Amino acid sequence: MWRIGLKMLMGDRAKYFTLVGGVSVVVFLFVQQGSVFCGLIGRTAKPVEAIGAPIWVVDRNLQVVDEFKGLLDTDLLRVRSVEGVKWAVPLFIRQAQVRLPNGKFQAVRLVGIDSATLVGRPPRLLEGNIEDLNAPDAVIVGRAEMERLGSPKIGDTFEINDRRARVVGIADVPRDFLSNPYLYTTFERAVQYVPRERKLMNYILAAPKEGYTTQQVLENIQRTTGLAAYDEDGMRWLTMNYYMRNTGIPVNIGISVVLVFLVGMAIIGQTFYAFALQNEKYFGALKAMGAGSGTLVGMIVLQSIIVGLIGYGIGAGGGALIGYLGGRGAGKLAFYTPYQLLIISFAATMLICVLSSLLSIQRVLRLEPAVVFRG
Amino acid sequence: MAKATAIAAAGEQPTTIMAPAVSLQHVNKSFGVGNTYLPVLKDINLDIRRGELLLLVGPSGCGKTTLLSVMAGILDTDDGVVDVFGTRVDRLSQSQKTRFRQQTIGFIFQQFNLIPTLTATENVAVPLIINGRPYREALGRAEHYLDLVGLGNCLDHFPTQLSGGQQQRVAIARALVAEPRLVVCDEPTAALDGATGQMVMEMFRKVALSADRAIVVVTHDNRIFPYGDRIAEMLDGRIVDVHDNPDHIK
Repeated sequence: MWRIGLKMLMGDRAKYFTLVGGVSVVVFLFVQQGSVFCGLIGRTAKPVEAIGAPIWVVDRNLQVVDEFKGLLDTDLLRVRSVEGVKWAVPLFIRQAQVRLPNGKFQAVRLVGIDSATLVGRPPRLLEGNIEDLNAPDAVIVGRAEMERLGSPKIGDTFEINDRRARVVGIADVPRDFLSNPYLYTTFERAVQYVPRERKLMNYILAAPKEGYTTQQVLENIQRTTGLAAYDEDGMRWLTMNYYMRNTGIPVNIGISVVLVFLVGMAIIGQTFYAFALQNEKYFGALKAMGAGSGTLVGMIVLQSIIVGLIGYGIGAGGGALIGYLGGRGAGKLAFYTPYQLLIISFAATMLICVLSSLLSIQRVLRLEPAVVFRG
Repeated sequence: MAKATAIAAAGEQPTTIMAPAVSLQHVNKSFGVGNTYLPVLKDINLDIRRGELLLLVGPSGCGKTTLLSVMAGILDTDDGVVDVFGTRVDRLSQSQKTRFRQQTIGFIFQQFNLIPTLTATENVAVPLIINGRPYREALGRAEHYLDLVGLGNCLDHFPTQLSGGQQQRVAIARALVAEPRLVVCDEPTAALDGATGQMVMEMFRKVALSADRAIVVVTHDNRIFPYGDRIAEMLDGRIVDVHDNPDHIK
């Protein structure tokens, strides 16, 4: 009877396309909104990925990577002396103001890395050499949001805090939540580009020695120095959790997702119900001819599952396509679709379809086969 | 298989050649809401012979369709005996009745009730598929029955592509394809013009009647009276007369 059920579903093209279209739109919005949420939250942690270090040592009260909580120079020495630490270098991340040649100012994320080891350097250089960073006034510009700096080329100059900066490289750096351009330079030069403060270093990057796990070293650092230490994943989640707790992003997108779910269920449920009403006399005839209620329920469930699967494929594919097109190259769409989102949206889709078919199932179960004799 | 055994246990009686196809004894049926009951069938006694086409006639609301539903096992009686080819239908559980209908009853409806998204062949194959026959085999058998009713050239037509008469012939093929022993028809010519109705009935008698089968036709249409072997007249929930059909066309 499965084939009969499918032919009843797919033979009525208008209803079939309405059902599949309804599910597709719901899944599309679900995946799209969910991916935008993941994309936005994921961007908050991009500075951590842009630096890339096994261990981050920070002030105990630090809540987010964009916050400046200075460390003492002696903290660096203490971390270096912790058992299991292979190396430890200073890192400086601050917001700074760039004065462009046209006189306008642009906020940038200034990253000062250790000049000897260049630990914390950009993940991939598109133009120039990383060693040139040790040249006078040298900075490397991140490609994301580079147009805000007038799309500088190697050799171009601008001012930061009345000091000259000269572009020696272009790096492939992920776009982050604040959407400010990245400027990489050495730690020593970076502290000169910002107003003088008592504490200049705000991060210490470190790595575990062979024979020690990252977790062991993190615990050693926390116990020995009293500072907080995270691996890269921990640092990312510290930042993402901050934004989830302290911004309206989850609530706003959550409301959208709930509305999508409810509206989707209403549309699909109504269409399924209309479909069942239209087919009532045929279900009655099948019942009269000896089809059991279980068989008819199985047909309806199969119909809803098929609609769900096809609708999910189209909707999720469409959502991913929008993300791909919007995020291609230097696109600005914050869009990330983790597999967990696909699993959740799949489960939600199936739930919507099965719940929507319950009305039809209830109607078919109550249907008396004698209905077929009512002209 | 277990269900078939259960049916037998519930009421299968040894039958003789002369036993009627359908025997109704003191059958009563009423419909009600709350404390209000409306008797629809009142002390019905009727035997339907093997190999006959019985016409069940009477004014609207007299209980013809209810009686048909009781015989077909789709409505329960309040009391009385409903024996169809040796099976006490009134003693079957709902699941046993479902199985009984699969195996014993063929249906022809006033509005045909052909599923519009299935071809003629698929519509005819439905009772076999319900019976658990393999899909391909069911289609092959359906094609044979469509051939029998003269629609061998319309196998892949959808119901909307067929005339009313052709649709009812598809419905006849569907009613017969599983070789049921009792065929029940509710106003089979009501949606057809006179000529088409007569053509359908001729076809029906030719294809459906056999010595070990009975056909019950509920009808208002006096133009098809000549096609019945006997006529049972109902009035106000009772059988008031059963007589041989003097105008019967053999």
